[in-house]
Amino acid sequence: MFQSVMNFISLWALPAIIITILTLGLIKKVPIYEVFTDGAKEGFKVSVNIIPYLVAIIVAISMLRASGIIELTGEILAPVLSHFNVPADIIPIMIVRSLSGSAALGIFSDIAHNLGPDNYATTLAAVMVGSSETTFYVLAVYFGAVGIKKLRYALLVGLLADFIGIAAAVSVCNLMYLR
Amino acid sequence: MNYIFYFLIVISIIAGALNGKLSDVVNAILSGAELSVKVAFSLIGIMAFWLGMMKIAKQSGLIEFIAKLIKPITKRLFNEIPEDSPAIGDIAMSFTANAFGLANAATPIGIKAMEELQHQNKDKNSASNAMCMFLAMSTAGFQLIPATVIAVLIGIGYKNPTSIIAPTLLVTSIAFISAIALAKIFQKYWKPQKNNGGKD
Repeated sequence: MFQSVMNFISLWALPAIIITILTLGLIKKVPIYEVFTDGAKEGFKVSVNIIPYLVAIIVAISMLRASGIIELTGEILAPVLSHFNVPADIIPIMIVRSLSGSAALGIFSDIAHNLGPDNYATTLAAVMVGSSETTFYVLAVYFGAVGIKKLRYALLVGLLADFIGIAAAVSVCNLMYLR
Repeated sequence: MNYIFYFLIVISIIAGALNGKLSDVVNAILSGAELSVKVAFSLIGIMAFWLGMMKIAKQSGLIEFIAKLIKPITKRLFNEIPEDSPAIGDIAMSFTANAFGLANAATPIGIKAMEELQHQNKDKNSASNAMCMFLAMSTAGFQLIPATVIAVLIGIGYKNPTSIIAPTLLVTSIAFISAIALAKIFQKYWKPQKNNGGKD
């Protein structure tokens, strides 16, 4: 029941929002076509504005991933994390999650295909990837688009919340699937 | 950000050298730069679409209406932003798009919200409290259904793929509430500094 309601909402959310915006616009006598194209002009400018910020973040993170340090950190952390029933396969996801969404999804996909549906690591990886957003990417795009250079505590809060999310994923999965 | 940028790159080069992967690290510069432009360009179309939609929503008064609707919550979270600011409506729209996993709508709308917040920001180079709060909400990635993850699980024949919705929702809620709480705590103690030479 919950599932089918959720699927219905997922499918209809976008069309419903678009219909609401357009219909209300017409009722309120907004010249929707003109206003739409006028607003859409900004799209190119905003996308181009974020390029320097994206290059800085994505290049740095690509270099980090190519350097092999993520695997190395994983090896160092593995003995500690095994106390919390965290399988070694999961550790790269924990590290990469805040840095690159596509990398986290890629590792999750590997784990799922290699370890199969009955493995605890697959479930934990699914929860960990499903509950997160790529902090560095959002930061670069959102602040880059408006030209913010001093982040103040924004990154720290994002990373701390990511850490809390990882700890929560481990605890929740431990309680639900291992006891 | 200066230190983080320096740290990420220097650590990568040193670690790459020690691991014998220095050439991979150097190649990653090119592939990363290419990827960034690809990401930005792939955003242009969808960004234009949603910025167009959002402009209609703004002129018809819809965004103002949503802003009024959620005033009780946003008053506490964004106490420095005027209650009827269009930023509040944009923030609500962005949150909704995120919650339903509409990633390609969430990014343009989120940027729109950030622009509105920037209008009210006094120091245009430095993030305001409201901007940090909105970023915290966005990076926590509150999402009702992790559709992509479920798709992968279905692909490998996971017994009951949607069973991960409940634990995921619990975890994402914990992270989301923590992010808001942390942003609130930090804004009290981490006052904006003036002229600190571009440090963070």
